[in-house]
Amino acid sequence: MPVIDLATTPLRELNQALHDAAAPGHNDTEFEVLNPKGAHAVAVGVAAPVSIEVKGSVGYYCGGMNEQASITVHGSAGPGVAENMMSGTVVIKGDASQYAGATGRGGLLVIEGNAASRCGISMKGINIVVRGNIGHMSAFMAQSGNLVVLGDAGDALGDSLYEARLFVRGAVKSLGADCIAKEMRPEHLELLEGLLAEAGITDVKPQEFTRYGSARTLYNFNIDNADAY
Amino acid sequence: MSQNNHPTTPRKSSTFDDYTLSEIRRAAATGIYDIRGGGTKRKVPHFDDLLFLGASMSRYPLEGYREKCSTEVVLGTRFAKKPITLKIPITIAGMSFGSLSGPAKEALGRGATLAGTSTTTGDGGMTEEERGHSETLVYQYLPSRYGMNPRDLRRADAIEIVIGQGAKPGGGGMLLGQKISDRVAEMRTLPKGIDQRSACRHPDWTGPDDLEIKILELREITGWEKPIYIKIGGARPYYDTALAVKAGADVVVLDGMQGGTAATQEVFIEHVGMPTLACIRPAVQALQDLGMHRKVQLIVSGGIRNGADVAKALALGADAVSIGTAALVALGDNDPKWEAEYQALGTTAGSYDDWHEGRDPAGITTQDPELMKRVDPALAGRRLANYLKVMTLEAQTIARACGKSHVHNLEPEDLVALTIEASAMAGVPLAGTSWIPGKTGF
Repeated sequence: MPVIDLATTPLRELNQALHDAAAPGHNDTEFEVLNPKGAHAVAVGVAAPVSIEVKGSVGYYCGGMNEQASITVHGSAGPGVAENMMSGTVVIKGDASQYAGATGRGGLLVIEGNAASRCGISMKGINIVVRGNIGHMSAFMAQSGNLVVLGDAGDALGDSLYEARLFVRGAVKSLGADCIAKEMRPEHLELLEGLLAEAGITDVKPQEFTRYGSARTLYNFNIDNADAY
Repeated sequence: MSQNNHPTTPRKSSTFDDYTLSEIRRAAATGIYDIRGGGTKRKVPHFDDLLFLGASMSRYPLEGYREKCSTEVVLGTRFAKKPITLKIPITIAGMSFGSLSGPAKEALGRGATLAGTSTTTGDGGMTEEERGHSETLVYQYLPSRYGMNPRDLRRADAIEIVIGQGAKPGGGGMLLGQKISDRVAEMRTLPKGIDQRSACRHPDWTGPDDLEIKILELREITGWEKPIYIKIGGARPYYDTALAVKAGADVVVLDGMQGGTAATQEVFIEHVGMPTLACIRPAVQALQDLGMHRKVQLIVSGGIRNGADVAKALALGADAVSIGTAALVALGDNDPKWEAEYQALGTTAGSYDDWHEGRDPAGITTQDPELMKRVDPALAGRRLANYLKVMTLEAQTIARACGKSHVHNLEPEDLVALTIEASAMAGVPLAGTSWIPGKTGF
């Protein structure tokens, strides 16, 4: 298993080694990254079904645009973790800063601690599971995918939401424009059960969550709704 | 005696002119601001207010049909492993699939490729039509991230991070539901038929310090191969250019208020942002102050119409220009041959700007399957290539007359201004004087 120590190896070499894993003839499937010490852009643009263990905290955009890889950060993550992820899994053992999973299109992002503001902003198909709380303006303009929060959500959850589904177990400080609580139907309980299982969470039940989604009143501009914007 | 025996000519108000009155009536009737496409329609100081001096006793011209005047431009020499080389200093600006039809995007790619230049995606992702038909394709990285994915990022020839555009610095976008076909909806991951808002700020960074890290990420994802452009609207060109350089741009794209948009509020288009002419010198000054002029390339857009405009922009310090509106006109936009249909839409050829409504008689700004058939991509691409070649020949003609063996050798010293305003903005003397307002005394 290749072990890449960022204390002695440039970031470029790390990411190139991870990119090379997708090329024919490269058989390494497990990587370990030591001493990230808050480095930005760790393990970005990986496009292979490899497993990457990052031993420490990372800076901005860890796992950005990930495809297929399973990345685990044994520490906390800076802004934009797993931004625009396509597929694969990113797990953050600690907390995540702003914009976690921004514009993500697929795959699963698990944050075992808390996530800061704008978690899941503009998400486009990604699934995000946060064990702790999330900050304000989370799921802003979220288009598609699922955001699951075991703790509380901050102000303006789901502002200008499109078709993403939000499941919050704790309190929601306030809902954003056009975001409303919705009935939890059997298909939602089933979906949530699957997401929790995928995230390795066994100590809470889907029935403990409230579902939030778009009221769809702002989908086509109407001047009489101008106060809502 | 009645006053009616001495009637005066009916006098209309300059303040409340016909257009203003019609706009008040329209607002009163509909309760919503006017949305339209294009750039500013008001008269602003522009390249027409500048003239070249040409060669004379003290300058030596080049022979028009004998001596070489090069037009090649290389973009992305600062950090990118694979800079872009274009045959001509005129590129095609970003215009989205969604606002434009698939055949129109293909035509832009064909025309640009025939002329040896690049074309640019837009807010809606990369289509196969344009990738397939564009030898050099710039992939826009926008706040909405519609259609953004690493595969397209890697098969792009350059990446353009869009901060703003000249028609609406500080504004996002809106693609109205009537243009959201199944294909557009799928590319943007949104339901069909709803109004699609494009955010005005990027979702995962704020400010130039963050942007520097975002650029690092994009370079790491693409192996440091691609030139990274930063596109800014004409707002604070000195500081915006300096900050773009600081953030790590290879190329700065600067778009003045004559630059078009697919759809924005009329009030935004006409009242926010600066004319292209006012933007160029501050941007060039920023590059010079940082020792980066010609190292970070500057592309200027917004109201470029002919080879004289190209030559003037280059003389003021740009490395290349970009065209959008003019390229659409070359494809067939606002062609008088559709006059009857323009009339039916309540407008006339040359004035049609309701591009967001998707009913474009020319078949360019539409997703209507029947209307879009009116654009033959091969033919329209040929027209665009012809137009680009004419612009290039015109710019060469002027450059040779000024004694320049490369269009980049044109310089402010070759120019004078016809008006005090243009003189102050362009930093070149008022014709017949040595006066530059704000710089030199009488």
